[in-house]
Amino acid sequence: MNNAVFVVGVGVISGIGNNVTECLDALEKGKAGINKINYLRTNHRDLLPAAEVKLSNNELSAICGFSPTTSRTAMLSMIAAKEAWDNSGVNKLPALRTGFVSASTAGGIDKTEDFFTHFLADKTKGKLRDIINHECGSITNMVAEKLGIKSHISTISTACSSSANAIMYGARLIKHNILDAVIAGGTDALTRFTLNGFNTLLVLDEHYCKPFDENRNGLNLGEGAGYVVLVSEHVASLLKQRPYCALSGYFNANDAYHQTSTSFDGDGPYMAMAGALMMSGLQPGDIDYINLHGTGTQNNDSSEGAAIQRLFHPHYPKMSSTKSFTGHTLGASAGVEAVFSALAIQQGIVYPNLRLEEPMVAFPFAPETAFSKQQDIKHVLSNSVGFGGNCSSLIFSKL
Amino acid sequence: MKTYIRSTVTISPQKTFNNPVFLNELTEYTSNRLTCIEPDYSEAIDPKLIRRMSRIIKMSVASALACLKDAEIASPDAIVTGTAYGCLEDTGIFLTNMVQENEEPVTPVAFVQSTHNTIGAQVALLIKCNRYNNTFVSSGASFENALLDAMMLLAENNTTNVLVGGMDEITDMSHIVLSRMGLYKRQPVSNLNLFNTNSKGTINGEGVAFFLLENTPSENDLACIDGAATFYKPEDIEGIKQHISAFLITQHINYNDINLLIIGNNGDAKNDEIYERLRQSVFNEIPSINYKHLCGEYPTSTAFATWLGANVIKNNNTPASLNNNYSPKTQINKVLIYNHYQNIYHSLILMSSC
Repeated sequence: MNNAVFVVGVGVISGIGNNVTECLDALEKGKAGINKINYLRTNHRDLLPAAEVKLSNNELSAICGFSPTTSRTAMLSMIAAKEAWDNSGVNKLPALRTGFVSASTAGGIDKTEDFFTHFLADKTKGKLRDIINHECGSITNMVAEKLGIKSHISTISTACSSSANAIMYGARLIKHNILDAVIAGGTDALTRFTLNGFNTLLVLDEHYCKPFDENRNGLNLGEGAGYVVLVSEHVASLLKQRPYCALSGYFNANDAYHQTSTSFDGDGPYMAMAGALMMSGLQPGDIDYINLHGTGTQNNDSSEGAAIQRLFHPHYPKMSSTKSFTGHTLGASAGVEAVFSALAIQQGIVYPNLRLEEPMVAFPFAPETAFSKQQDIKHVLSNSVGFGGNCSSLIFSKL
Repeated sequence: MKTYIRSTVTISPQKTFNNPVFLNELTEYTSNRLTCIEPDYSEAIDPKLIRRMSRIIKMSVASALACLKDAEIASPDAIVTGTAYGCLEDTGIFLTNMVQENEEPVTPVAFVQSTHNTIGAQVALLIKCNRYNNTFVSSGASFENALLDAMMLLAENNTTNVLVGGMDEITDMSHIVLSRMGLYKRQPVSNLNLFNTNSKGTINGEGVAFFLLENTPSENDLACIDGAATFYKPEDIEGIKQHISAFLITQHINYNDINLLIIGNNGDAKNDEIYERLRQSVFNEIPSINYKHLCGEYPTSTAFATWLGANVIKNNNTPASLNNNYSPKTQINKVLIYNHYQNIYHSLILMSSC
């Protein structure tokens, strides 16, 4: 097995920007992307804020080249994956075995919703073109084809940890010498299905979310896509530009506690973080920054915080939840946050946790509240926790 | 890397669950929709839990638990599932509820259970398995990727066994939608006569199959899985042949080492032309059996084919019920499963005797 896997390209679209530059600018200026819902047609638009990508389907279509009737999930995926792919320079190297591993929870369900409105009234109605790409896998196929990737195409769906698992799977395909390069990450559009689903679970904050605040009151949904380009050491050596960082550790564990909530002591997140540390050969004290899962729900932040306390006490790294900017982008979140983590290492950034007023009293640590640059960030830990107990952590390290 | 199948369990449109005899009789269907023959779940799952579970979750959890029991493993080192459609019934319930109630759905239960990883999560929850847990939703390559993930895990550290499964369900709504797309035969046909119809369309199928794979041999192995590969939208028949030949090279075997092919013919004339052209060329003279008359066509049908292959190798024979006049002259050492799903994903799974 080859051992090292490097991040050589990044691409992102989210509520705070349509590309890496725009997102970084918003992160530096402390500008959240959470607003009143503007693009999604939903009855909840006046009540539930969300971090939508600030482009209509027609505008997305003009950028990515898909028809405007295409699922928004596919268009977001295409834009971020293309940015990462072009950024990597790998597309200029000949004859590589390149894969596309994309994660999603919603897939093409935004179009299925349109189909269903007509279909439920009359089973012969509803446009088939609106449901033909319902499956998450179909969305991945569309984007892979447009990127010209055929060697390997796969799709992962493990709720909110989906794209962390896509990045892990991509890295392992390289280590097993099945592929040379992989575009890995995830995509999810805001849909009525997920908005209503989370709303029935009573976990959506009607105000802007406050991750890791004592008075937090739930999450805001977001949408977007984030991808990293992973390559083997050999491929990295062929590129002119230096890699952003190495993917030095990862671990997937299951909390096995409850379908939608995480255990009080954070067993799942603890095992994921500890496993990733062990793989990278690092000690907890080596981590310079944690990109928290930090959704802003009572349960997540208590559980994740407990796991951090168990593992890091008494020396806590800097940490923050960038979901205070982007909202929770579900299957895309670990991809979006992997991009932010790679940039944190490359540019020495610690991101702020917005709207933190009163840090959680249960813990002797608090997230960062100010953007800072020119720090020496050698190792970043990125956490993901999902429905079904699916917890995954990734560690990115400076070369 | 060779992996060893310690146990395998399937719930399918045939009498395959809790049946000690391998396909001793076939169940006939005369509509274009095959339905899984479900067991009494009360022995396997707590009745309080059963009430909340949709059909695909019940079938999958029962199969997974039975597979672990057969392998005498309380909790595996990893659980990996592959499903193209995921939990369709719950997705349909929540969508319907949402549309009809004008975005005021009353219960989150269907939403919570609609996520694609629900099956792997429910199994982990029931047996308190904290280990690796992953779910692939890669259309017609979902099971193959689950298998590839499992095989990679078994070659890595700290994993000696993996529970891996493939599953998809038909719902009333999905059958209507897929029928409108023109996938199925318009005229009634017996599944047992599927390959003599020479008409457009196939028959809709569903099923669940789980496998307990290990990285070391034991006395109780049914068969081995040597390798799995997929390829996407090949340009033409020559491209398909190149991919198959390349796969055999990576497995260090020749075409004439294959004792039996398990082939994904589905009764649709255009779909089956690919198999026929391969039969006339690279697959010439290799004995083959079909399987989709047993389980129907669906994106993870290769999980059923792998269950079939494991039992053929273990019994060193194909079941008489398949009526294929195949009698092995020697030991069945190598079985190759070749399938394509709508000529989008093509898959190869090589199995061998242990």
